[in-house]
Amino acid sequence: MDVVDIARWQFGIVTVYHFLFVPLTIGLTALVAVLEPSWLRTRNEQYLRLTKFFGKLLLINFAIGVVTGIVQEFQFGMNWSDYSRFVGDVFGAPLAIEGLLAFFLESTFLGLWIFGWDRLPGPLHAACMWIVHLGTLASSWFILAANSWMQHPVGYRYDPETGRAELTDFAAVMFNKVQLVTFPHVVFAAYLTAGVFLVAVAGWLHVRNSHPDDRPMYLKAVRLGAVVALVSGLAVAVSGDVQGKVMTEVQPMKMAAAEGLYQTTESCAPFSVFTLGSLDGTQERYALTVPCLLSFLGTGSFDGQIQGIDDLREAYQGEYGQDPGATYYTAADYVPVIPVTYWSFRFMIGLGMFGAGGAALVLWSTRRGRAPTGRWFRVLLVALPLGALGGNSFGWIFTEMGRQPWVVFGLMTTDRAVSPGVSATEAVISLASLTAVYAVLAVVEVRLLLSAIRGGAPEPLADHGDAGGEHPDDAPLSFAY
Amino acid sequence: MELTTVWFVLIAVLWVGYFVLEGFDFGVGMLLPVLARNDTERRVLINTIGPVWDGNEVWLLVAGGATFAAFPEWYATLFSGFYLPLLLILLALIVRGVAFEYRHQRPQATWKGWWDRAIIVGSVVPAVLWGVAFANITRGVPLDADFEFTGSLLTLLNPFGLLGGVVTALLFLTHGAMFVALKTDGEIRHRARALAVRTGVCAAVASVVFLVWAQVETGGPASAALFAGAAVVLLLGIAAATRGREGWAFTGTFVTIALAVTGLFVALFPDVLPSSTDPAWSLTTTNAAATPYTLEIMTWVAACFTPIVIGYQAWSYWVFRKRISVDHIPAVPLVAVDGHACGPWTPESSPTCASPADRCSS
Repeated sequence: MDVVDIARWQFGIVTVYHFLFVPLTIGLTALVAVLEPSWLRTRNEQYLRLTKFFGKLLLINFAIGVVTGIVQEFQFGMNWSDYSRFVGDVFGAPLAIEGLLAFFLESTFLGLWIFGWDRLPGPLHAACMWIVHLGTLASSWFILAANSWMQHPVGYRYDPETGRAELTDFAAVMFNKVQLVTFPHVVFAAYLTAGVFLVAVAGWLHVRNSHPDDRPMYLKAVRLGAVVALVSGLAVAVSGDVQGKVMTEVQPMKMAAAEGLYQTTESCAPFSVFTLGSLDGTQERYALTVPCLLSFLGTGSFDGQIQGIDDLREAYQGEYGQDPGATYYTAADYVPVIPVTYWSFRFMIGLGMFGAGGAALVLWSTRRGRAPTGRWFRVLLVALPLGALGGNSFGWIFTEMGRQPWVVFGLMTTDRAVSPGVSATEAVISLASLTAVYAVLAVVEVRLLLSAIRGGAPEPLADHGDAGGEHPDDAPLSFAY
Repeated sequence: MELTTVWFVLIAVLWVGYFVLEGFDFGVGMLLPVLARNDTERRVLINTIGPVWDGNEVWLLVAGGATFAAFPEWYATLFSGFYLPLLLILLALIVRGVAFEYRHQRPQATWKGWWDRAIIVGSVVPAVLWGVAFANITRGVPLDADFEFTGSLLTLLNPFGLLGGVVTALLFLTHGAMFVALKTDGEIRHRARALAVRTGVCAAVASVVFLVWAQVETGGPASAALFAGAAVVLLLGIAAATRGREGWAFTGTFVTIALAVTGLFVALFPDVLPSSTDPAWSLTTTNAAATPYTLEIMTWVAACFTPIVIGYQAWSYWVFRKRISVDHIPAVPLVAVDGHACGPWTPESSPTCASPADRCSS
């Protein structure tokens, strides 16, 4: 393996890993931010207990999200220095602004929320979590604007003298049409993830029934999570549908690769739910297909034309040249890895639909105070959050792998982006050490999360200044590390 | 002032902010095995920085992001050139950050012991390596005509760089001890103050040698004044500590670090990364910079939001201004054998509630 492959594996591993924690943070901050004011308004202790319980799970999750985020920013310079040189003028600004506007907000106000139970009046304390959530949304906006620019570069010019892309219109980058559909898609997927997490955790505590008095509280949380997941799931589907049409326009190859469609289909292109045959889709033994669906997904019309991989390859070669090594603009082949794009696209959609469908099933089976306990329900509780995490990961794998061989579509290929001065040994040390540390942390995190979930929602302690009342100077801290 | 100069100054400000703030976080982490005699005292130390360490670390992320946006060539060359030291810093910051959040989640001594080690190593490594990195940035590293770093890890581990590492470690250690003296009460406060004086003297000696060396290698009149100021203020801070004036003592190390880092940036200007191979191949504020349009947008954003950030971060320090002593550390909350949380433990507690050693839920 050369440095490019190693650096790509590292980027894939650390990014997918980082993004296991991010959606849960985005979604859980919103849910905790809703639960706490419910406690303040109703003084129903159940809401306080749920706030503290899911707040604790949020912190266990947030810790790893934060520290793995540092790697995300640093590795552009470490492994991808030629990429950084080429795009820094455009791509660096959203990253810097993300830090200034979002990271400070999240970290400072989360610190105030964790340690501030007895220092801040109730409404101000609750507001801290809202501000943290706002920070996560701002963070999503800027980082997705940066990614959308890689998918569909706008608001820049290529300067042949400096050999780099230079920003000409900041607003165009911030309101890129890819960004406008990607942001809602990603954020609603995060709400979906947190919704099914709530369903799974509260549902499991409800089914286990070790404290019968707490069952109504957990049932309430199950239904809240299911409503959030169902509504978000529908929003994910709608925004994803629009995103598919935008992508057909700006990166037709990605959508052709999503279906493994080699020949241009003039109208009514079918969508295969799954295919058995050769891995790259050139030979097909059996396929379950839905007629005309691909045309509808790509164009919004059942008889829309979908360009095939073969035609697109020819068109790209005409536009970008066939000679790899001549300029930034060329590649040897313009086709992504078809098995990866084909299957990740299906897993993304399937798992997303599973999340929304599972949430609907949970809502139906808990209607009017009903409480399912069957085996199917327990299996569903475990499968729902795992499915949502998988759906997020496959979505990103599809988006990023489907853009290959480009790192910035139409502008720079991935093999040109890597650091020229970094040796394969250095890159391997980095890949191996980060993967090892991440693996250990994953084991620790999962065990901690499971044991915190087993602990259930804590009883509010009488001597805590939960109401934001006066707190004597010599009393123990309401929360301490 | 030209925009490129404005951004050089802003990036210097971000690094100064990072070192004066996370400097004491590193110090507190390194002092864990030195100042604390039992778990409660260790928790006192960790809780002095508990609510603020994460916000302090964001200064690093913004410094990195601002360098990427304002000086892409600097970011690209520096981060790919200082590859292994940065990787070590990243790994250290990862385990250290997780350790703060996870250490208190279980009461077992072995569990806490592992995370204590993570905090200590995770604080020592960056405290030393940032000094190594900045010493090398100031003096220059081998760069070729394409601004590619041509050295290796050993190039960076030269005597000047290593001395820089010793200086930052000692300064942060002292800064952390001053912070603990300011933020705690009881026995630990006195121990911290006494230790701060001792490490302060060592830090002063090492700093003077390093700053004189840096001045001889790259400095001018302005950096000389800043370096001299840093040394004087450090001595004043130590003097304040011996008189029990903890606020002034902490201000002393705070200003010392700020002046010393500012001095290094002043000595660096107008280069951002000098080439020791050929001065013509040095990265400067001009040849490493982004376009004026990008810098202009970034300037507006920074001008609007930096005061707000400093405002709410200062407010969070105000909220958590009270000193912490062992009396403030809550006993480990109890959890029943079946995992359900119990109320505060009394001898009459429900029999299903196990001892703290069983399992913890805070």
